[in-house]
Amino acid sequence: MRRSQWTSIAISLGLVGSALLGGCAKPEETEEPAAPVVSTKKASQPGAGGAGGEIVAKGSDTLLQVAQAMAEAYQAANPGVKISVSGGGSGTGFQALIEKTCDIANASRQIKNEEVEQAKAKGIEPVENLIGYDGIAVIVNKANPVNELTVDQISDLYVGSTNSWDKLGGKGEVVLVSRDSTSGTYEYFLEEIIKKGDKKSTREFAPSIMALQSNPDVRRQVTESEGAIGYIGLGYVDDSVKVIGVIGKKGGAAVMPSVETVKDGSYPISRPLYMYTDKNAPKKVSDYISWVLGDEGQAIVKEKGFVPK
Amino acid sequence: MKLRRIGRVLEWAIELVIRSCGVASVVFVILILAFLLRNALPAFNSVSLGEALGGRLWRPTSNPPQFGFLPLILGSALVTVGSLLISVPIGIGAAVFLAEVAPRRVREIAKPIVELLGAVPSVVFGFVGLMLVGAWIQRASRAAGDALPGPDWLKTALNMPSSMAAITGAVLLALMTLPTIVSIAEDALDSVPERFRQGSLALGATRWQTIRGVTIPAARSGIMASVMLGVGRAVGETMTVLMVTGNAAVVPSLTTGLFRPVRTMTATIAAEMGETAHQTPHFHVLFLLGLLLFLITFCVNTTADIITHRGRHEH
Repeated sequence: MRRSQWTSIAISLGLVGSALLGGCAKPEETEEPAAPVVSTKKASQPGAGGAGGEIVAKGSDTLLQVAQAMAEAYQAANPGVKISVSGGGSGTGFQALIEKTCDIANASRQIKNEEVEQAKAKGIEPVENLIGYDGIAVIVNKANPVNELTVDQISDLYVGSTNSWDKLGGKGEVVLVSRDSTSGTYEYFLEEIIKKGDKKSTREFAPSIMALQSNPDVRRQVTESEGAIGYIGLGYVDDSVKVIGVIGKKGGAAVMPSVETVKDGSYPISRPLYMYTDKNAPKKVSDYISWVLGDEGQAIVKEKGFVPK
Repeated sequence: MKLRRIGRVLEWAIELVIRSCGVASVVFVILILAFLLRNALPAFNSVSLGEALGGRLWRPTSNPPQFGFLPLILGSALVTVGSLLISVPIGIGAAVFLAEVAPRRVREIAKPIVELLGAVPSVVFGFVGLMLVGAWIQRASRAAGDALPGPDWLKTALNMPSSMAAITGAVLLALMTLPTIVSIAEDALDSVPERFRQGSLALGATRWQTIRGVTIPAARSGIMASVMLGVGRAVGETMTVLMVTGNAAVVPSLTTGLFRPVRTMTATIAAEMGETAHQTPHFHVLFLLGLLLFLITFCVNTTADIITHRGRHEH
């Protein structure tokens, strides 16, 4: 009796073990034992669909609206091509490009060196395609009497050295609303506004910033909280918030963000937008990118509140 | 004769399958722990344990990065303790009502409804918190600050600048832990032998005296276990707190902390893991945070388990 019990325990252990080993063996065949990433199966690999097939675009939430509009227009004009667009942030897009789970990484920042290295290790050569510019609007609650701020004042607010609106013409406690640290908008704001473009600067966001997940989250938080200040893509501005005129480092008059002021460079807080692809991407992907960079694609960039290249 | 033999083989096979399932779940836990360890240990190349646990700044993407867990640990602790302050009294009260006071019919309807609360997905709680509860709490807290003749620090605290705060997370987590506490505490009270109550009542004790002096002490271990499992649920909850606590990685202030934005360990992992380049220090440190979370919930659950077992021997 006892012996048979032990045998059955041994056998069940063997069953479980072999099932697990069987599951584990596959990732090792793809020669990436160190990477804790789910191995991508052939079937789910984009670009493997032959002629027609699906183009998968992923990345920046800032670019989500415009990328979706482009995909819809392109699909309408080219039946047989299917484009799926999703967000998650610029970093997510680059990771997906590296893991070969997308064809196009939408990004609101340039690819980092370490990401390029990772991509090369997996046989992917990222190509940068500039598709336009994004103006970042600084927004406050409608009840806030402040109309304009200098870049330095915005920087001091977000660093935490100015924690009351009293000195700036408003009143009450400042509530700092930000994106989370994985957002491309966050990184851009950190480099250009907090550090004022100085890479060696040790200035940082105050720890008390609220790190929210998306542009609409930031906008709603600013709508609800009187002391709030936030920053969102120009395409997400609506009349529920008040947009602040920004005075650049050189001084002069405050400039409101708009397509014109971003394009002529007079608005100080704007950044380039990219779609990254693999150098050896299938033709359907390069065709799509040339369409995006052409007149029709650029018209959509403008229509969505961004600035054409 | 043959039939009996086939029956015996079949029984042996079924037993083997069931045993495999049991062994598998243990093996899975061990594998998860091994996976966590493998990805978490390289974190010590970039941060020491003391720096991580004692660091007051969480700036994972700065140059050089700072990986201080303190704001995140305290954020989790604040939200969890806050939620328990609400859910434990209400939960135990509800359990006592259901087990001892309510007529059978009420109990048969009410208990499943409470348990249904536990089946609501956490993202739904988060959404409700974002759209409704947060604003209510902010309004109520401000009204209380204006009306109460409290000290200045209390007025400052109650004047919530944003609806996203530790207390919003605490209230929603309280709703989410309530079913766990009610359900398990009620089971514990229900399993107190009837003779205990009869004995107490026969000695002339009132119903309240019986509940307070006999039934609750007899079910003490089960009630404690229900609270511990509630703690486990609250510490590990992610989606709701990510949506409603504001995610400010700041060490909460002793006076105003409960009414200001905080960031929990779970929310940090959820928000940052997806966009972190693999095999970087940030990636490993997030795994270290996950390992810490695993150890916390493991200890809490084990404590609950020990308490329950000790209680079982008492009867």
